[in-house]
Amino acid sequence: MNASTERRQRLASRGVQAAFLIVLIALWYVATTRWRVSPLLLPNPVPVLSDFWEVLTTGEFIDDLRVTLSELAAAFVIAACGGLIVGYLVSRSHYRIRVFEPLFAAVYSVPIILFLPLYVLFFGLGPASKIALGASISFFPIALSTIAGFGYVERMLVIAARSMGASDYQLFRYVLVPAALPIILTGMRIGFTVALLSIIGSETIASLAGLGHRIVHLAEAMEMTRMFAYIIFVVAIAAILNALVSALEARVRRAR
Amino acid sequence: MTSRTTWTAAALRAWLRRPWLARIGVVVFLLGVWEIAARWLIDPMFISPPSRVFMSLDALLETRGVPAALRVTFWELGIAFVLSVVIGLVIGLPLGLAPFARRSFMPIILLLYGTPQVTILPLFVLYFGIGPASKIAFGVSHGFFPVIVTIVAGVQNIKPILLTSARSMGASRYQILRHIVFPHMIPSFFAGMRLAMTGVLLGVLLAELYVSTAGIGYFTTLFTQSFDPTRLLGLVALLAAMAIVLNEIVRRAEVHFSRWHSE
Repeated sequence: MNASTERRQRLASRGVQAAFLIVLIALWYVATTRWRVSPLLLPNPVPVLSDFWEVLTTGEFIDDLRVTLSELAAAFVIAACGGLIVGYLVSRSHYRIRVFEPLFAAVYSVPIILFLPLYVLFFGLGPASKIALGASISFFPIALSTIAGFGYVERMLVIAARSMGASDYQLFRYVLVPAALPIILTGMRIGFTVALLSIIGSETIASLAGLGHRIVHLAEAMEMTRMFAYIIFVVAIAAILNALVSALEARVRRAR
Repeated sequence: MTSRTTWTAAALRAWLRRPWLARIGVVVFLLGVWEIAARWLIDPMFISPPSRVFMSLDALLETRGVPAALRVTFWELGIAFVLSVVIGLVIGLPLGLAPFARRSFMPIILLLYGTPQVTILPLFVLYFGIGPASKIAFGVSHGFFPVIVTIVAGVQNIKPILLTSARSMGASRYQILRHIVFPHMIPSFFAGMRLAMTGVLLGVLLAELYVSTAGIGYFTTLFTQSFDPTRLLGLVALLAAMAIVLNEIVRRAEVHFSRWHSE
């Protein structure tokens, strides 16, 4: 296959993607105008877009966005610090790895969102319960990947560095960290994604403020147009955050 | 004589240092901390010691509606899981086998997979009602994406030489599917099933907690609002046990059916 056919194929794929999107929006439009789908189930795309624009320009989203983002930041910082420290301490001996890694993996496989009612009972309906839940959910992938990163550094590298007279700090800085970093970064990205998901999820289920709460509030008030606008907004925010984190990860990976 | 006693002491110490023993020790220690904290340190409105939670499990199961709610949740999980796997296969196989379709639609699928579906949870309730249908639909929306992604990856990873040699020996399309594609897909298929189970558990439980009239979400809300931590902890523990058992079944199946491929 030569370069020009490959490029033509890529263009064709892009065309199919664009056509798919256009057909989807056209179907949405026709369904609301011609097929008389109730606007309570599916509002017309035009007012949804104008509402979306209104939400953006008036800045009414700022309060909810601030709540959600600060919960996310607090939860992720707690989870990252805890996960890195615990993971590093566990990874220092094979015995500890064999004791703790299966335990963490077992807890990680339980859907921790189940414990949300307990968190609400302990921490109330405010941001504290969301931070605690998000931190506990994202702790596990970070701790597990830290154990995997530091625990399975090739012995040869460590022995070589030691025999060349590396100090503890030098061993850590120039051997262990570069070897472990890629795995830890993947774990941190996964941790960030699940923290975002669990915070929006817990805001949806039980909360007083935040983007998830706003969507539920609009759904209960049957303001479907505004609710669709907010859904688009939240999906866009999530996509931007995930893209930012991926870009940051790629950057750190290159700079190590 | 002395050497003999030191040998047994060393053996005893080695035996005590076995990882699974230490693991049980950690769990027992945590339960002990919980027991002490719940009995003497924390307000009994908010927490209940594990011994009492365990003792009152049968009282919980006699609470009217709780066994039915657990059964409903179990069925929701089962149906959502089966639907996720079937839908994932029906979409994933053609995508994996047709390079052009894959390049066109995989970016869209990955984009959708990456968005937090919980933002549209209220829509599921609006379209499918507050009964089991919305939970199943929401569970499926979490479960079928990983099946698609792993199936596509599995089909893509089949060595081209196998396909080429089969074709050059005159295998029909059906024969290629039956003897090359399907056997090579099995490990990724089971990996996808495991991820689907994780997703379905998350989706169904999220939807249950969000709104529920007779399911477990109703009872967790009830027990939270009436400050009844004993029954709340009991119910959550039962559900966690259900999740662990379901996860373990799928994981065992994955290990079992991927063995032939591991070398």
